[in-house]
Amino acid sequence: MNSSVIVFPGSNCDRDIAVALKKMQFKNQMIWHKETKLPKSDLIVIPGGFSYGDYLRSGAIAGKSNIINEVIKAANNGCLVLGICNGFQILTETGLLKGVLLRNENLKFINKDVNVKVMNNETRFTKKYKKNQILKINIAHNEGNYFTSQNHLKELHDKNLISFKYCNDKGNIDEESNPNGSLENIAGIFNAKKNILGMMPHPERMIDSLISNSDGINLFSSLLN
Amino acid sequence: MKFSITVTLKKDVLDPQGKVVQNTLQNLGMNNLKSVRQGKYFEIEINDQDVKKAEKKIDDMCKKLLANLIIEDYKIKKI
Repeated sequence: MNSSVIVFPGSNCDRDIAVALKKMQFKNQMIWHKETKLPKSDLIVIPGGFSYGDYLRSGAIAGKSNIINEVIKAANNGCLVLGICNGFQILTETGLLKGVLLRNENLKFINKDVNVKVMNNETRFTKKYKKNQILKINIAHNEGNYFTSQNHLKELHDKNLISFKYCNDKGNIDEESNPNGSLENIAGIFNAKKNILGMMPHPERMIDSLISNSDGINLFSSLLN
Repeated sequence: MKFSITVTLKKDVLDPQGKVVQNTLQNLGMNNLKSVRQGKYFEIEINDQDVKKAEKKIDDMCKKLLANLIIEDYKIKKI
């Protein structure tokens, strides 16, 4: 499978994602944000980091960059798109995913490993996980407090579009296990067609038991045909 | 032609930064504070002569980039 990782000035998780994709035998290319054409890709990844220094709003400037128009076209044609952390923020700024990521409720940058629960495992991104499986994945963000309209929240429920929720190590989804004030503990969502996933946790940091754990591997292996 | 644009969080969106500023002002002894909301301010100059056209352009800029309409409101003023 062919993958493209979009690189913005200020992206800093791009190489980690490339390592994860290579480990899974993807044929990956790094695509600079000024490009106006995307190579043929089965998967596009928008990595974490601080694109354009988070100027204006996190993801706002990247969401209007040259290459993003191509990403939007590809996504509308059914290409798989994965946005992690700042990538999730960028996807909401483009409108490919609805809602918005606000400042963390406690106003602090949070970098720690948290538990998240797999809410829907019947998608291209999550099929190798078990439903309700608890994963330990790193989060590192300042704006991860997901917020959306009541109408969209209803759509998320009705169409089963919530991918991950923050939980405790027993799998309980409660206020205590919510690190950033996110609506209903939401850590990741799909678009209505489920070809786009945005998530705040970093699965690319969890692909090797030597340095962390391997809870993130199944996300990348799910994407393989 | 010059315009000022103020972007603020919508009324029902929590503004944690404004809250912290409010708390700090109260710590400094500023009494009777009702609320503090923090926002962004832009000044934009454009070369158009027609006010209506210029305002429309500025409005477009707000919608497309300067404000995120899900959580923010904006006000445009000619200065």
